[in-house]
Amino acid sequence: MSATPIPEKTSYVVRFAGDSGDGIQLQGQQFTIASAEGGHDLATLPDFPAEIRAPAGTRYGVSAFQIQFGGDDITTPGDEPDVLIALNPAALVVNLPRLRSGATIFVDSDAFNAQRLKRADLSSNPLEDGSLDDYNVIKVAISSLTQETVKPFGMGSKDSLRCKNLWALGLMMWLFDQPREATQKWISAKFGGDAQVRDANLAALNAGHAYGETVELHHQIHPHPTPEADLESREYRTLTGAEALALGLVAAGELADTALMFCSYPITPASSILHTLTGLEDAGVATFQAEDEIAAVCAAIGASYAGKIGVTSSSGPGIALKTEAIGLAVATELPLIIVNSQRAGPSTGMPTKTEQSDLYQAVYGRNGDTPIPVLAARSPADCFDTTIEAVRIALRHMTPVMLLTDGYIANASELWPIPDLDDYDPIAHWKPDADASGNVFDRDAETLARRWAVPGHPSFVHRVGGIEKDIDSGNISYDADNHQAMTDLRRDKVKTVADYLPDQELEAGVYGGLAVVAWGSTWGSVYQAVQACLNEGLAVAHIHLRHINPLPANLAALLAQFDSILVPELNDGQLVTLLRDRVRLDLEQLNQVNGQPLHVATLEERIRHLAPRRIQEASNE
Amino acid sequence: MSELSFKDYATDQEVRWCPGCGDYSILKAVQKTLADLKADRANTVFVSGIGCSSRLPYYVDTYGFHTIHGRAPAVATGVKLANPDLDVWVVTGDGDGLSIGGNHLLHALRRNVNLNILLFNNEIYGLTKGQYSPTSRIGTTSPSSPTGSIDAPIHPGVFALGAGASFFARAVDIDQKGLPPVLAAARAHQGAALVEILQNCIVYNKDVFDDVVAKKTAAETQIQVQHGERLIYGTNRNKGLRLNPQTLSLESVILGEDGVSEADILVHDETNPTLAQMLLSLEAPLPAAMGIIHRVDKPAFESSFWDHKPTQRRARVNDLLRRGNLLDRR
Repeated sequence: MSATPIPEKTSYVVRFAGDSGDGIQLQGQQFTIASAEGGHDLATLPDFPAEIRAPAGTRYGVSAFQIQFGGDDITTPGDEPDVLIALNPAALVVNLPRLRSGATIFVDSDAFNAQRLKRADLSSNPLEDGSLDDYNVIKVAISSLTQETVKPFGMGSKDSLRCKNLWALGLMMWLFDQPREATQKWISAKFGGDAQVRDANLAALNAGHAYGETVELHHQIHPHPTPEADLESREYRTLTGAEALALGLVAAGELADTALMFCSYPITPASSILHTLTGLEDAGVATFQAEDEIAAVCAAIGASYAGKIGVTSSSGPGIALKTEAIGLAVATELPLIIVNSQRAGPSTGMPTKTEQSDLYQAVYGRNGDTPIPVLAARSPADCFDTTIEAVRIALRHMTPVMLLTDGYIANASELWPIPDLDDYDPIAHWKPDADASGNVFDRDAETLARRWAVPGHPSFVHRVGGIEKDIDSGNISYDADNHQAMTDLRRDKVKTVADYLPDQELEAGVYGGLAVVAWGSTWGSVYQAVQACLNEGLAVAHIHLRHINPLPANLAALLAQFDSILVPELNDGQLVTLLRDRVRLDLEQLNQVNGQPLHVATLEERIRHLAPRRIQEASNE
Repeated sequence: MSELSFKDYATDQEVRWCPGCGDYSILKAVQKTLADLKADRANTVFVSGIGCSSRLPYYVDTYGFHTIHGRAPAVATGVKLANPDLDVWVVTGDGDGLSIGGNHLLHALRRNVNLNILLFNNEIYGLTKGQYSPTSRIGTTSPSSPTGSIDAPIHPGVFALGAGASFFARAVDIDQKGLPPVLAAARAHQGAALVEILQNCIVYNKDVFDDVVAKKTAAETQIQVQHGERLIYGTNRNKGLRLNPQTLSLESVILGEDGVSEADILVHDETNPTLAQMLLSLEAPLPAAMGIIHRVDKPAFESSFWDHKPTQRRARVNDLLRRGNLLDRR
């Protein structure tokens, strides 16, 4: 067994893995908080099965949580873990392919018995059969050490094993010199009502930490404190994409000075937005859990019709069910926010795995000529601003807006510089004053919006519906020319959104060589890959689209300044098709659909293949 | 305010139902009800789905929303939750409300959202040209069931009771005397009120309810129920409904025969769901129960929806942004 120590770095990638019932996600979340308190930049990747409590010890029941943290500018959870901590044989074998050779693996040696090996479909013990020779393996009897620790608190052997995640967490906190105070506080609050459980868990956390300090691991391992990140002087917090999106809705409602109604039906991975928004009536937000996806979007449309900001949220399969109703909102010109936390498809697909494969659905997926604006968030924290932008567009133009996020950024967390709402412009809308009068279907010449006249107003009593309406009066119309005019209007209305968008700019890089054009959650990976390749002297740039429909007006001119263009996506090639249609360029594509965030190394390899060196630029200067 | 007439609630739109359609008389009864109650146009909303019945909002001069097939209860729920001060009506049919939209009707009733739901039941799909519907009787011949339908019909009232509805009434389209008071009662009810209106589709299912509604025999084939009054009917008002404890069902008896006296006749209790179930299960030759069959007080869903009004919302939102694990690097 080789004993390569962990190299000294400014940032590390750690992966926690175990059974879905082992509390792995909790372990990861607490480590995340500790890392933030330690002043690190960070990005996380919760990676768990759809089964809530899969049979113990099976490969498909393995839950994992990966975090990259430290003093660097971190935008991804990292391609390859420096350290894996595996609480059972299945967690080891499932995650082994992610590790580079020489990586450090902590295993719970108590878990490698005949029965558990069989559960993991292993015919021999990897701790003994030489299959781990390329790794720095550290065997720790985590289970029995945990049981020993919590014995004095009078817990049974089964209950005591439930503390082993915190024991292992304590050991990792020792290894990376992370503060334990936040976790200790959390344990005290969580188990405050049961002193026995509270004290046992605190003891387990501290014992894991003490084990690192006292046991002779030094020939293999020693503490690796990481430098603090170079952060701007302000307040930060960690938050997930789902939390950021929910807060974006809360903020947008306030910026529009209008109450917001969030109507949804539970679905993975979108439900946490609903959970975050409950109980916030005093912040102007109410939630309605509908009987199904269709009722959810319909109730949101009803809310918008009655003057609130109607929002519905789901994932691909649920969005498919909402499709007809979205058409109704287009026909009746009502503001509506549709959030799609994308997951691997088709059909049920892989509910807990990420993908970007609903772009076609968002842009094209309705009957009739039914365009809507489509936006995509690029990171957990970016969900906040993108959500505010989506609400702004919906209210300004009186249109449904699709907001795309995905399972990765919905669940992942990062450090967020907390904004002040006073720094944002108010969100405007065209609701008539109490004493106003006129026609509901008068239009703003620039936004093409109609009035948002709602029931209760005595001067705008009107009827509206899904049947084609007369462009002036709003009454039912089957007139041929009128339908042409209304179709043109609906198209032009979405086009006018582009008039309000800022010019598309480079995230990073130089003009002339290769442009990497991406959207949504691949931002972090593309950012890292482009930075690395720029440092190698390649002529590459990163362009990241928030606005998918309409595209920014200057995009075609911007892309014309590059020799070649690469479009990496977590789908089989959807944005690339849209760009071929709308921008008409020769485009390269990179497509990854394995349920994981975009692999940085793969993208770097492709960039190296396509991007020229920056020799000319250097000689010109 | 001077007296209003049904015409005061008519729009300038040409009504486009078939000549002789039962919908005309329902529309008139709705407009009359609004006029009688001096309903505020601005605060009244009619929400409908798809089908012949669902065109009604275009003809009533209030706010109106013609939505998509089956979804009117869901849209109306959103409207009512967004603004509980509005008087929200849902207009649907047997196909719209009990077939494609059955789920939403079920949940609107279960939640007890304060909606006035009018279900036009003509036991046929009219707008798609005459296919059998979920309330069509077994054996209904139609373009999609040329040898007679084989699936059992659903009974709107039994469906409503099963969903926990707090109000169910039944009325006849052309009954300009009986229908408006039922509509007014539905409007007054604090909760989901379902009114089944037997509607005559003269093109595709003409006179399907004749065995119940034909004028000549109506006194024998219908029983108008009134809370607190005995279940008496008949041309000579000499028939009544009595509970048969052996079969646990209602039976028709004649006053003065076989020693039957008024005291033997059941008194209608609209709060009793078991009695409602029995009244809804009556089949010929027993009379069909009409009027308010079931009505109980339950809290309306929207009454506890907006628990707290926002005060100092900006400060509250800024506070929410700072929730969680703060890292102060100032």
